[in-house]
Amino acid sequence: MAEPVLIGEKMSGGYGNGPDILHDCTIAVEKGEIAVIVGPNGAGKSTAMKAVFGMLNLRQGSVRLNGQDITALSPQARVGKGMGFVPQTSNIFPSMTVEENLEMGAFIRDDDITRTMAQVYELFPILRDKRRQAAGELSGGQRQQVAVGRALMTKPTVLMLDEPTAGVSPIVMDELFDRIIEIARTGISILMVEQNARQALNIADKGYVMVQGANRYTDTGAALLADPEVRKSFLGG
Amino acid sequence: MSLTARDLGLFAIMGAVLAMVAMFQSPQLAVTILNMSLISAIMALGVNMQWGYAGLFNVGIMGFTAVGGLAVVLIAQPPVPEAWAAGGLGILLGLMLGVATILAAVVVYKRMSPSKLRGFAIFGVLVAGYLITSYVFGPAKQAVQAVNPASEGYLGGANLPVILAWPVGGIFAAGVAWLVGKVSLGLRSDYLAIATLGISEIVIAVLKHERWLARGVNNVTGIDRPVPRPVDLQPQPWVQSLAETLGWSVSQTASVVSGLGYSLLFLIVLAILIWLAERALNSPWGRMMRAIRDNEVSARAMGKDVTRRHLMIFVLGSAVCGLAGAMMVSMDGQLTPGSYEPLRFTFLIWVMVIVGGSGNNWGSVLGAFVIWFLWVQVEPAGRWFMDLVTSGMADTSALRQHLLDSAAYMRLLTMGVALLLMLRFAPRGLIPER
Amino acid sequence: MEPLNALVSVTNFMLIPAFAYGSQLALGALGITLIFSILRFAHFAHGDTMALGTAAVIGGTFFLQAQGIGLGGLPTALLAIPFGILVMVLYLLAADKLVYKYFRQVKAKPLTLVMASLGVMFVTNGITRLFMGVGETRFEDGQRFLFTVREFREFTGLAEGMALRSAQAITIITALIVMVVLFWFLTRTRAGKSMRAYSDNEDLALLSGINPERVVMITWTITAILLVLAGTLYGLDKGFRPFNYFQLLLPMFAAAILGGLGSPIGAIVGAYVVAFAEMGITFAWRRVFSYLMPEGLEPTSMMQLLPVDYKFAVTFAILVIVLLFRPTGIFKGKVL
Repeated sequence: MAEPVLIGEKMSGGYGNGPDILHDCTIAVEKGEIAVIVGPNGAGKSTAMKAVFGMLNLRQGSVRLNGQDITALSPQARVGKGMGFVPQTSNIFPSMTVEENLEMGAFIRDDDITRTMAQVYELFPILRDKRRQAAGELSGGQRQQVAVGRALMTKPTVLMLDEPTAGVSPIVMDELFDRIIEIARTGISILMVEQNARQALNIADKGYVMVQGANRYTDTGAALLADPEVRKSFLGG
Repeated sequence: MSLTARDLGLFAIMGAVLAMVAMFQSPQLAVTILNMSLISAIMALGVNMQWGYAGLFNVGIMGFTAVGGLAVVLIAQPPVPEAWAAGGLGILLGLMLGVATILAAVVVYKRMSPSKLRGFAIFGVLVAGYLITSYVFGPAKQAVQAVNPASEGYLGGANLPVILAWPVGGIFAAGVAWLVGKVSLGLRSDYLAIATLGISEIVIAVLKHERWLARGVNNVTGIDRPVPRPVDLQPQPWVQSLAETLGWSVSQTASVVSGLGYSLLFLIVLAILIWLAERALNSPWGRMMRAIRDNEVSARAMGKDVTRRHLMIFVLGSAVCGLAGAMMVSMDGQLTPGSYEPLRFTFLIWVMVIVGGSGNNWGSVLGAFVIWFLWVQVEPAGRWFMDLVTSGMADTSALRQHLLDSAAYMRLLTMGVALLLMLRFAPRGLIPER
Repeated sequence: MEPLNALVSVTNFMLIPAFAYGSQLALGALGITLIFSILRFAHFAHGDTMALGTAAVIGGTFFLQAQGIGLGGLPTALLAIPFGILVMVLYLLAADKLVYKYFRQVKAKPLTLVMASLGVMFVTNGITRLFMGVGETRFEDGQRFLFTVREFREFTGLAEGMALRSAQAITIITALIVMVVLFWFLTRTRAGKSMRAYSDNEDLALLSGINPERVVMITWTITAILLVLAGTLYGLDKGFRPFNYFQLLLPMFAAAILGGLGSPIGAIVGAYVVAFAEMGITFAWRRVFSYLMPEGLEPTSMMQLLPVDYKFAVTFAILVIVLLFRPTGIFKGKVL
């Protein structure tokens, strides 16, 4: 099997000098695919994603992007290497306008960013209308769009989303998932942590069910949805 | 009340240094440093209660000490009957009207529902109150200030024993602290800083400007002292024989004896305060205060009324500062509002607390001694240093003269450097909190 | 009734001085608010750093004067400002490197940084006094008035006179230019936007590749510029005394809090509110009203609400009132 675009392999570690939260956990995503991490509260879903992004120290395992080992890099350096990250909370600059948020997303780029910005506006047309408005004044769903747009501004090869639909209404959630599929179709790989497991697995090419910091089930999204065991334990029947 | 051998050693070194001052410089200087150190120690103790126990950032220490100093004048000075006759009633009435105005505004605020109308009503009450008050107060004040302005021109005091002024000074400061705390505690933490900074400037402005109260910038001098003055001690036979034994001049002996009298009084006060503070700190109440300081959110969640506790400790700490302020004025025998400077009376105390070790009462005491010693000694040391540096220059050299004149400001620099070094390399202070 | 004379009188004695004072405060308060939003602590050394910056400008001025270099009608100090700015940029960056950087790296509590700024305050205070002493230094030269009371009277034929001192005019014009430039910088340039981004959301700014140390450096540089300008303008207007600069701390903080800590526009508005309130309440209105009231009803008292000594009380009272009713300030500021 060919090397995935991004893989965090056999990762073990925790925050600072604290106890291990992850145990031999592997997360990978292929080019243009959507990978979703689901699992019960406290399973270490977000931690796994943060480990991939370099926000905690790994004691074992490695992270590779396009075949290159990036385990030792800081999160900022990983952004430079082509990873985009959308944190779960405080993921925008509230007092700055939508356009400025996007500009800040492209801070490390020296080339012309107008095309990327136009692409983001195409993806999220509402943002174009509100581009002069302070991002903090937007609705929850629109803010998430700003956050995703900001992360897209570096033209990442992988986009990582930490619970993008937390706290938004079901309609907004569907809309957001549609956009995420669109993003994946442009060739960007998506790695996403989600509470809304059923809906997320619906759009996932690959699903990771995590329990207590370790992989429990790994399969395609459809297969996991069909698996009676997974349905019973994690999807509420 | 646990002091380790190391802490005792630090205090012993400090004592030895003071003894050396007595031997090599002069005994009077040593006693002066000792007394001011004791007073500073009490101020630092008050600040440490607020900062060390509760994490409250008070930058208005100057105001509370000045209010304490005012108490000395109001308690110990003889009343001025002509002034009372001229405008005493008017002033009292004016003050009452002023208070009534504020109370009326508060009542309006509480009784009326929030609306524009309420705003106007409060504004109206305040304006009307202001006009009536100043109509009564203004002429009375002028009349009082016109009575024998060269030496009096104020209402005078209650002619009570001066020692009584110490607790009263504490109460005065507590009153001011209650008002400040009521307004600014429970808001954001930096508001207390700005509020105390403001109130201390206002207190000084009132002291300077309201001449009917304590003669303002004309100063009140010759206040009764709790300890005999050196001049009164000199004729005493036992002082003279003591001077003979020590081989000192009589005047020197008298001033040292008088100074040590203060030291004794101050030591007693300091000992009582430390005993109370240590007991409080190690009681359930003290543990609760520290718990609140370390995690306000969880303390609140446990149902503690954090704001009320903070108000209480703020009032207590300020009262201690007021007490120290009263002690200082009664030692100097004069109230000079012009001499209150924030750098000296607020920020220097902070340096003492930080250097000594915030959260530790003994640390504050030691910090007060060390810092006050430096404060006094850096100036001559600076002058000596400047003299050395510029010794190659001609005596008439303008630069040399300028540098020698500026040596006094070396102490500010030294204090800053001491504070920064402590914060950086020993943030827990000389005697850390346990 | 002579409303025109009343207007001239109030402009001359109250509005112009308040506007100038407010402009000086605004420049100072902007520095406080910038430091607060980027470095997240209350910069207590602000007044004294301002004094040191002004001292540097005064030193430069005296040097230039000794060389016989001047600006003709304008104060020589204006020529010395770049030198003062250079000195203060170096000073503040050195202070940051030696003092604040460490506390930032160990993620110390904001109050520890405040304590550190107290230490810097003492040191700065000492250095300023080493150079300047504690007395008053006047360094205003050039043409003192744009127009004098007499010229105004002759020109307008009014009984009441009005004068415009060049220091006041320069203050107001400079402050307005600086504010415009600052806002242009913050909203239009990459560096300015990165500062706002950092102030808004530190973690996200890091993720976006914004270098925090660079942002901090820019902040100190801008603060130095604002400080030197504010201090020099204040000194030209009112003379230089180190202690007065220390005392500016209260109104500057009041202005910044009043407007909403962290909001530049708030700092400016807050500064003018403080300045006009201070001047208006401690101003003797008698002269103005003597023109406004019908004959025979002229006021007999000074019509001064509070003596000038209580200007701090005014600042304080406004602050308390605003905080009671709107704890985040006029423009929503940050919460510490």
